[in-house]
Amino acid sequence: MSTIQDKGRTGYRAFGMPISGVMDSYAFTMANILAGNSRNAAVVEMTMCGGRFRFPNEAYVAVCGADMQGKLNGKKIKNWSGFYVPAHSELAFGYAVAGCRTYLAFRGGIDVPPAMGSRSTYLRAKLGGIEGRALQSGDVLEIARAEALPRELNELAHSLVPRYANDLHLRVILGPQDDLFTEYGIATFLNQAYTVSTRNDRMAYLLEGAIVAHKTGADIVSDALCPGAVQIPGSGIPIIMMADCQTTGGYAKIATVIGPDLAKLAQAKADDKIRFVSCSDAEAVVALMTEKKCYEKASSASLSKIDASV
Amino acid sequence: MRLKISIDGKTYEAEVKVLEDDAIPRQIQKIRMLKVGEQGLVVEFGTEIDPAVNAQVHRLAKILTDEVPEKILEVVPTYRSLMVYFDPLVIGRENLQENIARYLTSLETVAAASDTTRIITIPVSYGGEFGPDLEFVARHNSVTEDEVIAIHTSTPYLVYMIGFTPGFPYLGGMSERIATPRLKTPRVKIPAGSVGIAGKQTGIYPIESPGGWQLIGRTPLMVFNPSAKSPFLFAAGDYLQFAAIKAEEYGALKEQVASGNYAPVVRNVSRAGA
Repeated sequence: MSTIQDKGRTGYRAFGMPISGVMDSYAFTMANILAGNSRNAAVVEMTMCGGRFRFPNEAYVAVCGADMQGKLNGKKIKNWSGFYVPAHSELAFGYAVAGCRTYLAFRGGIDVPPAMGSRSTYLRAKLGGIEGRALQSGDVLEIARAEALPRELNELAHSLVPRYANDLHLRVILGPQDDLFTEYGIATFLNQAYTVSTRNDRMAYLLEGAIVAHKTGADIVSDALCPGAVQIPGSGIPIIMMADCQTTGGYAKIATVIGPDLAKLAQAKADDKIRFVSCSDAEAVVALMTEKKCYEKASSASLSKIDASV
Repeated sequence: MRLKISIDGKTYEAEVKVLEDDAIPRQIQKIRMLKVGEQGLVVEFGTEIDPAVNAQVHRLAKILTDEVPEKILEVVPTYRSLMVYFDPLVIGRENLQENIARYLTSLETVAAASDTTRIITIPVSYGGEFGPDLEFVARHNSVTEDEVIAIHTSTPYLVYMIGFTPGFPYLGGMSERIATPRLKTPRVKIPAGSVGIAGKQTGIYPIESPGGWQLIGRTPLMVFNPSAKSPFLFAAGDYLQFAAIKAEEYGALKEQVASGNYAPVVRNVSRAGA
């Protein structure tokens, strides 16, 4: 499935509107940087399997995230790079070989009308993107007009390219309802490996593995829910909320995956292993700052190769 | 009354004047601030569904939105707690918590000065094709269909919070005399605007979605209109007053709504009087 996404639709969560937006904000941001775009330009998010794109006009694009073995006019492209696409080209993607989500950014950004401040597609409310739905063959993507297009290949520094492993460690901050779990339950959650189930999508990742014991029960008086929240329903098996998650929920939340690690989870697929690692607020903030520095580093390298952001 | 606020083991205390007409529990109220990742915190006023507790949530939401909009990204009021989203690279958690602790002590001033709320009239065509379960709800409660309508429209309902789908109100205050269990088999497609009952709850489906509520009617109003300047008809903290309309009126109202010529009936009242 492919959808148009940007950073998401903030400001309406008090009205029950999920933020949506890209699942992997790291790959998305890097794609926009490599394309010479502003950080919030709308891109195509491809999941598991990519599409084929015909270019009647020349363009400059960037591809980041899972390796979907992209080919430009039959010739293999470099993942995590920006490159020039001559008019009458075809850019084709296959199945993801590592990770599962790939971001295709076009210099200038995809020009669909914003809905409530965002171009992100939210399927459930038929909002954003093209008619609020997933892309289908025959769709035409209008690209906001960019000035002269660069010709240079714009590769991301090797040190900034993440490796997608089949077992990942996700840092979590315990809470907000960790006090509703037994000591043993929390120890289980932090020490056992969990497996990503086949029920994983833009709304949530359902896991498989050891049961996390509640003190009395799983239900709470519904409160707010955000991407990264780890709900433990009555079954005792963790559910991690993702970009399209509802804004409120009624299951106890044992922990929250920190922002920078949510991007890693967005690349996990069924059968991948997950371990949760407890971290402090300060460590999480450092991780956020590190991520920000990566963007700055990529931005300045990109600017020295291709001309200023559009 | 003295307000105890515990943050990471540290307890803050503050003197809070309680208004006469306010039903805040008389025992010492423990307010907790909980971590939601590195970019969120929850101010938890209680663990029960209670209109007085919910009023505190909305008061704090208003203060934070009015006073420190540059320091917070978004607030989400729920039944008994307020979610505050912030950027820890702009304001540190401790700093934000201390700010909030200070605002908590001024909740009563807000209550006295500007704690107004809105009562929004929701016209509903009950029964028939719009409310296929009205008859069942009546039979289940051993009342007539007209009595179900009279009871359902007898009082305004508090919008405790909005969630589940965009614009879906969690309403409180429906009479148990028309409480009805959910359908055994949920419907695959429920039209937007449908008004239903599930147990002791009543609500409106803002967008077409699947669901198991007993449908008793439909409103021609658009609860959620993404292309409107204000996309949502009501906010958490408002009250909704259902009003019965005839099936013949539904179409005309729907047209007015579609052409943008319908102004919803809204009354501003003080929260205490709602």
